Amino acid sequence: MNSRPYAVAKRTLGIFDKLLDVNWGLVLLITIIATVGIAMLYSVAGGHFQPWALSQLSKFLVGLFILVVAASIDVRVWMSLAYPAYGLALLLLVAVDVAGHVGLGAQRWIMLGPLELQPSELMKISLVLALARFLHGKSVEEVSKPLNLGIALVMISIPALFVVIEPNLGTTLIIVMDGVSLLFLAGLSWYWIVPAVSAIVTAIPLAWRFVLHDYQKARVMTFLNPEADALGAGWNITQAKIAIGSGGLSGKGFLQGTQSRLNFLPEKQTDFIWTSLCEEFGFVGAIAMLVLFATVIFYGVQIAMSARSQFARLLSMGITLNFFFYIMINGLMVMGLIPVVGIPMPLLSYGGTAMLTVMFGFGLLMSVHVHRQVEIPRHSGGII
Amino acid sequence: MPLFDKKDKSRYATFSRRSLALGGGMAAIFAVLGGRLYQLQIRDGSEYMTEAEDNRINERLLAPPRGRIFDRFGVELANNRRNYRVLLVAEQATDGVEEALDTIGKVIQLTDTQKKRVLAELAQNKKFVPVPVAENLTWEEFSRINLHLPYLPGVQPDVSETRDYPYGPEMVHVLGYVSSVSEQELAHDDDPLMSLPGMRIGKRGIEREFDKQLRGRAGASRVEVNAYGRVIRELGRDPGGPGQDVWLSLDGELQRFADQRLSGESAACVVMDATSGDVLALSSTPGFDPNWFNVGVTGPQWRELATSDYKPLLNKAIAGTYPPGSTFKTAMALAAVDNGMDDLVVGCTGSMRLGDHTFYCDAWRIGGHGHVNLTRGIQVSCDICFYEVARRLGIDKMAEAAHALGLGSPTGIELPGELGGLIPTRAWKMARFGVPWQQGETLVNGIGQGYVLVTPIQLCTLAARLATGKAVSPRLTHQVGASLQSHSLAASLPFSDKAFAMVRQGMGMAVNAPGGTAYGSRILQPGFEMAGKTGTAQVRRITREERQGGLTPQSELPWAQREHALFIAFAPLDNPRYAASIVLEHGGNAHTEPQVQFARDILTFAQKRDTLGRPNAYPPVNAAAAVPVTPGYPIKAAALSKGGAI
Repeated sequence: MNSRPYAVAKRTLGIFDKLLDVNWGLVLLITIIATVGIAMLYSVAGGHFQPWALSQLSKFLVGLFILVVAASIDVRVWMSLAYPAYGLALLLLVAVDVAGHVGLGAQRWIMLGPLELQPSELMKISLVLALARFLHGKSVEEVSKPLNLGIALVMISIPALFVVIEPNLGTTLIIVMDGVSLLFLAGLSWYWIVPAVSAIVTAIPLAWRFVLHDYQKARVMTFLNPEADALGAGWNITQAKIAIGSGGLSGKGFLQGTQSRLNFLPEKQTDFIWTSLCEEFGFVGAIAMLVLFATVIFYGVQIAMSARSQFARLLSMGITLNFFFYIMINGLMVMGLIPVVGIPMPLLSYGGTAMLTVMFGFGLLMSVHVHRQVEIPRHSGGII
Repeated sequence: MPLFDKKDKSRYATFSRRSLALGGGMAAIFAVLGGRLYQLQIRDGSEYMTEAEDNRINERLLAPPRGRIFDRFGVELANNRRNYRVLLVAEQATDGVEEALDTIGKVIQLTDTQKKRVLAELAQNKKFVPVPVAENLTWEEFSRINLHLPYLPGVQPDVSETRDYPYGPEMVHVLGYVSSVSEQELAHDDDPLMSLPGMRIGKRGIEREFDKQLRGRAGASRVEVNAYGRVIRELGRDPGGPGQDVWLSLDGELQRFADQRLSGESAACVVMDATSGDVLALSSTPGFDPNWFNVGVTGPQWRELATSDYKPLLNKAIAGTYPPGSTFKTAMALAAVDNGMDDLVVGCTGSMRLGDHTFYCDAWRIGGHGHVNLTRGIQVSCDICFYEVARRLGIDKMAEAAHALGLGSPTGIELPGELGGLIPTRAWKMARFGVPWQQGETLVNGIGQGYVLVTPIQLCTLAARLATGKAVSPRLTHQVGASLQSHSLAASLPFSDKAFAMVRQGMGMAVNAPGGTAYGSRILQPGFEMAGKTGTAQVRRITREERQGGLTPQSELPWAQREHALFIAFAPLDNPRYAASIVLEHGGNAHTEPQVQFARDILTFAQKRDTLGRPNAYPPVNAAAAVPVTPGYPIKAAALSKGGAI
């Protein structure tokens, strides 16, 4: 990777140096993935830039700008902003329940001027920031102390609770997984992990009875046996599998995906964009896309490993994991391996907030990369 | 406090270790995703490809034009008429469907019931499905719609085909009719055409008998549809096979003449080529208009058809069974000659005693016919003579002769619903009633009363067989499509030429010699003379009191109690070419013999027209292109949609 001399990298990086130091290889990868996504949106619209592809392109360009800006801001500034960001995201999340409007049976959006904002998306990044900030000062032993662990769990549960009542099961899942993995990475003792996992396993039947909404239960049931209701609730899964499977080895070709073009795929431009990609570019194309995703994640892990502060490490690993969880849940969902939960495929699915937050996340990742030599004392709280 | 210490190192180590563990976990999930892709796209790919094709490709059946029906001279008896209609597509009716209907109503006549039906149908269908608003429009109305089309959004003028019978009721009992498919028929026929909306199939007559051939083979249009069923484009088209034309042996003009001649009566008439068995006319009156059934019969129409005493729905020529009455004597005489009674002479006094029963002859009031031989017995229709013949023959020999002449069993005419009638035997009576046969019954059956039942087409077959001496069988179709109908050649009959000659002589005398029962209605035109035998079938038993008190004239009896009047005939006398039979239900009149007059007119018409002499217009038969009788259906909706990719 970059091997600039330590002395140059220290503290006094100018904006130009920072831009040069941005991992442009990663940016290129992201751009390639987003371009494929825009092409897919062009395709599912029947070969038109309207209504999705053009809008997605502009969002991506805004996202790219955000990425570069975020990358060039000192990671310690981000550290200082961690808690305020968390607080702001939480406020917006509450506002969704108050002022949000109903879309697809779930309250997820809030109108911020012309921008349709999904606070739950913002929350993921903010939580990663805040937890990384909190855990930065904790040694391995301290992390497992009940008080610290308790604070961390509260930081995770409050947004999780607000998201789950929206209701948005998928995002709740990601928020919890983001938080728990950060605790794990910060060195949470196995004495906590093993009993917790056992408790969760026993809690699933209880959650089924008391927590899950009917539509969520229906999704799970449909998932377990999609053919039982192939024309009703099982439609999504069945049609998605047909779309993916019918792509075969090399796909039907760009703009030739019959399943999406003829509207057999529901929400083809958002959560189910992956199926269109599989249909048109086949096994070869889908595997290539998985390799691109894996490479991005590999970059992320590498950036995390080479960072010199616990905050930067946790932040970059958290963002990488967040990106991965999107891919995992969406991929497993549209390929019929887990129930349908509304999670988009990052960089590919149409959607402004997801695109901007993912790009912002990559900006933070890049900031860690650019400022990888910055050391932050354990008790520091940033530089603002 | 130092910037970095051991604790930092230890948690960096932990972080690295656990990051690698998570990295491994992520790699594992990626492997799962890749594996799933392999499973769906490579292992099961072809299955899903088929399902995707199933999704997007629909088979739209195309109705082939129904085969036409022609007579022997190429006259169209059943054809397909253009049905001008107006369709309405809800989603294109920008001003709303009710507004559209109102506007259509200003251009052509639309009743409120029609409007209601259209609105109901529109509500049931998807918005892009065209719904018929009005059908069978005149060309003028249709032109008006086309003219106003710019102001009629959502309105589609359309031309479809509908069955038409130009001669209406005159041919209905031969042709039958088409009507919509019933649920039961749908369940028993897997032809994909059956489920086509608006499909009509043959319900009676030739339309039913040759329905499969007339129907043709379903065509199909492969269209791409989206998830809502809307057609995006046509991918391919199989025009299907048009229905095969059916060529009848019928002479349409003769058929019409016969039907018109019998109109007003409840009667049946069959005319056939005495040598070949070609049916030239087959009429059963009254009839009904087959075009009603195509568009749908109204309640009152149906009630009238179903409840009339004249039974217009019944094809009496093949499914009406009647006692043959004295026409049966011809068969008895034939058997008598070959059983040593060629010189039989019976003294007729008007009555005859057998056991404690007295059997009467029609001539009982004038003291009988005197000395009667077989030919004179036929001429004057002497019952006493044939009582004696029957007594000597015995019921089983009588039955044998009757069967040999085509009576008492279906003739095999190519029409559905033919009945066999009945020729009784000892065994039959034992099986039927469990009582032995009585000799008195032999006598009664010997003059065509009692249990004997025959159909008019059997009587015509009898006339043809008497005229030619050959086992002629009736046939109605000459060819279907390009393939000839196979008909076996007429075999010879187990009667001597002498027997035939005597019977023909008797029948000639019955019509042309004074004193003959049909003398009053003979054909006068030289060369066209006919021979024949009258018959009367009692529908009620005449009691002794009535006989002694004087018979009530038939014309004073209620219609349903009057005798049936029958006649079999052939013409011309010397070289018979036409055979005919007539049954006039409850039309008995010993003085005027109206059924003979009908036969006279019909046979005169046929001979003047020279039906058998003029060249027929059958199309050339192409043996190579002969179409199999059961049409194949290469297009099965299910099978095709599973077909390969386009």
